[in-house]
Amino acid sequence: MWYGFPFHPEQASSIAPEWDYLFYFLTALTVFFSILIFGLVFYFAVKYRRREKNEVPPQNEGNLLLELGWTIIPAGICVFIFGWSSELFMRTQRAPAASTEVFVVGKQWMWKVQHPEGPREINQLHVPMGVPIKLTMTSEDVIHDFGVPAFRIKKDVVPGIYSTEWFTATKTGEYHLFCDQYCGMGHSHMRGTVVVMKPEEYERWLSGQMNVKPMAAEGERLFGQLGCNTCHPGEGKNSGPPLQGLFGSQVKLQDGKTVTADEGFIREAILGPQAVAGYPALMPTFQGQMNEEEVLDLVAYIKSLGPPAERKATKP
Amino acid sequence: MSTVALESPPTLPEVHYLNADYGWRSWLFTTDHKRIAWLYLFAITFMFVVGGLSATLMRLNLIEPSGLLFEPASYNKLFTAHGLVMIFFFLTQSIPTVLGNFLIPIMIGARDVAFPKLNLLSWYIYMLGATVFIISLATGGIDTGWTLYTPLSTTYANTNVLSATMGIFIAGFSSILTGLNFIVTIHKMRAPGMTWFRLPLFIWSMYATSVIFVLAMPVIAITLALIALERVWHVGIFDPGLGGDPILFQHLFWFFGHPEVYILILPSMGVISELVAAGCRKRIFGYSFVAFSSVSIAAISFMVWGHHMFLTGQSVYAGLVFSALSFAVAIPSAVKIFNWTATMHKASVSYDTPMLYAIGFIGLFTIGGLTGLFLASMGTDVHLHDTYFVVAHFHYVMVGGAIMGYLGGLHLWWPKMTGRLYPEAWARFAALLVFVGFNLTFGPQFILGYVGMPRRYAVYPAEFQVLNVLSSAGASILAVGYVIPLIYFTWSALKGPIAGPNPWGAKGLEWTIASPPPTHNFEQTPIVTEEAYAYGPEEAHVG
Repeated sequence: MWYGFPFHPEQASSIAPEWDYLFYFLTALTVFFSILIFGLVFYFAVKYRRREKNEVPPQNEGNLLLELGWTIIPAGICVFIFGWSSELFMRTQRAPAASTEVFVVGKQWMWKVQHPEGPREINQLHVPMGVPIKLTMTSEDVIHDFGVPAFRIKKDVVPGIYSTEWFTATKTGEYHLFCDQYCGMGHSHMRGTVVVMKPEEYERWLSGQMNVKPMAAEGERLFGQLGCNTCHPGEGKNSGPPLQGLFGSQVKLQDGKTVTADEGFIREAILGPQAVAGYPALMPTFQGQMNEEEVLDLVAYIKSLGPPAERKATKP
Repeated sequence: MSTVALESPPTLPEVHYLNADYGWRSWLFTTDHKRIAWLYLFAITFMFVVGGLSATLMRLNLIEPSGLLFEPASYNKLFTAHGLVMIFFFLTQSIPTVLGNFLIPIMIGARDVAFPKLNLLSWYIYMLGATVFIISLATGGIDTGWTLYTPLSTTYANTNVLSATMGIFIAGFSSILTGLNFIVTIHKMRAPGMTWFRLPLFIWSMYATSVIFVLAMPVIAITLALIALERVWHVGIFDPGLGGDPILFQHLFWFFGHPEVYILILPSMGVISELVAAGCRKRIFGYSFVAFSSVSIAAISFMVWGHHMFLTGQSVYAGLVFSALSFAVAIPSAVKIFNWTATMHKASVSYDTPMLYAIGFIGLFTIGGLTGLFLASMGTDVHLHDTYFVVAHFHYVMVGGAIMGYLGGLHLWWPKMTGRLYPEAWARFAALLVFVGFNLTFGPQFILGYVGMPRRYAVYPAEFQVLNVLSSAGASILAVGYVIPLIYFTWSALKGPIAGPNPWGAKGLEWTIASPPPTHNFEQTPIVTEEAYAYGPEEAHVG
């Protein structure tokens, strides 16, 4: 019934209807209490209007029971909303394990999108319908924010770290993509389109992109070009730790900390390396020598080098 | 013929604080808290006009999806100027420095604030900060948004970031000194018998605000200094390219920023308590609950800053805590609303302008507060964050709340400040315009945000145009509502009818002395034997 309402954003993701239920509930609550307060204020203002210039009404001190009532009841309502909205939020933060990955780099003032299969897009994002899509995002300069109103999703895209968000599109069509975090002069031009296609159309679109190397292959090329393989060759012990099966494993650092080797760790390790336990701190920083898209390619290459199961040796 | 003599019309006292001394020196070197209030009133009214004009130009520009008047570069400077001027040079000062300065000593039965010279110094520091800021605007402006997020403000913006933040940095010290002054005044200068629980609720709220001044303003000063360090000397603090952390800035900024919004609204809540008491001739229902809610709002306000950062990638568990505490800060605000409403029960409700503003405030602040729940909820904040929904929400609180309170307070105490009345019919008409214009301006923005329009957009997709035009139309009504008081207040100060000491028949020490008050407020120190709102049982004395 809400589809006919002109001031309603499109519902095009699995989370959108759930989001809308909570929004309607809060709206109903707001309307109810606003009418209650407005109603009482107007009723009292008319009923108890000043009838004589010098009149003074009977005084009263207040009422403890009322005070407790209108403290505890709103508190109860707040606890209820808190539970509901936090549960919804937690779910929007965890991408399903089987998500299709897409990588996004924000840049004053455009969105660059990379698909692992190779296609690259600017200010456009093609995705298949019905499949969970996980976006891994970073920024080349200032803080941006990747928001798609029809999906009810939004996340800051922060330079220096990878942030993620996910959605499952439920309706084919074209939807607005907005930069929601003010990012300088061209902020309001930093817009794009998310194109949701049927899975088979999406496959056709993917294969129709000519002459593209998958991200991992592009990463492999960079790996050689930047000389990474000198210290991280495929075989044997060397001055750098082996990278096969690194992704997803636990890595013990020189300072004793243990971290999970996710995308963010690999990015850190390339741009601001911290020595891994058992290896000398020889690795130079690549900060400033490559852009975020190239880093993503390298990350994709290292990810492609196998799952953590093959790499028991580095576990503490 | 009746033998009862007609009450003689009130006359102005022969000597009062306004005519006790003449000449520009007597104003620029005054240490009289009442004259300093006037100095602030003129200065912040000028700043309000600057901030208001930039808002007007913004609303004009948004009539067209492609921008009616400006390129994005200019539009970005306009909204930045609007935000910074209104927050740092108008709202922060409005009620504390004008009404607070004028009323705090009188309401507690003192001759002046604790440190009168410091009070004047605060004004000079404010003027210096404001002058630096205005020069910064006039020589090119700043385009970072009022939130000054890094690394945009430190590395990428090539506008007047340094001079503008310098102006804000300086003005902050004025607020710190004012806060310090008020805290000491309220502790040490209360007249004999003026116990804490006999204080007018306005004093409670000014006290809570002053504590935030002293605790939060140094944080923004430090943060702005760090911006300068990174911008000028490239010390890597916030820019990841220099090894810094951009999110650190947001933690610092909002650790100041959220208490700051309570600096803006708490004084207004204090004023509303006075307007409702005077407008109803009734003790505020649940006095101690209203007083403690001010204090608890001030305390919790320092622990909710992370609700501005749910989407930055901050830990979801930190997010949960911030969300829960944000709900907690909503409850004392609700308690105030319920108590004001209950005060009107079986009251003698006047329809004079101050009470109209109070009624408007209660309604608008209710909406502003409830829509805050949408943003404190992490689930809903995901979609609404950084959209016009947020803009609408905080304008309901900042304009519907803070400015309605300020205007209502000016109308209640104008006769005390000038000894003269304003034209009641015009004032009621203007109050109505403000209420209607305000809702037309910001009501549509809730829907705009819900359908997804991001804030700070100079150009926007065409389907958002209808709501934007509605909002701009409302803003024109609101603007008229603000201009009318400017005209009749000016007229009233010069030619308005004489008010007499207590035109509202209200209780409180300020209504026991002449209008305008003598320079030293009280001929002898008053001895207080009753609470602030000791109405009845005898009739009120009007005039």
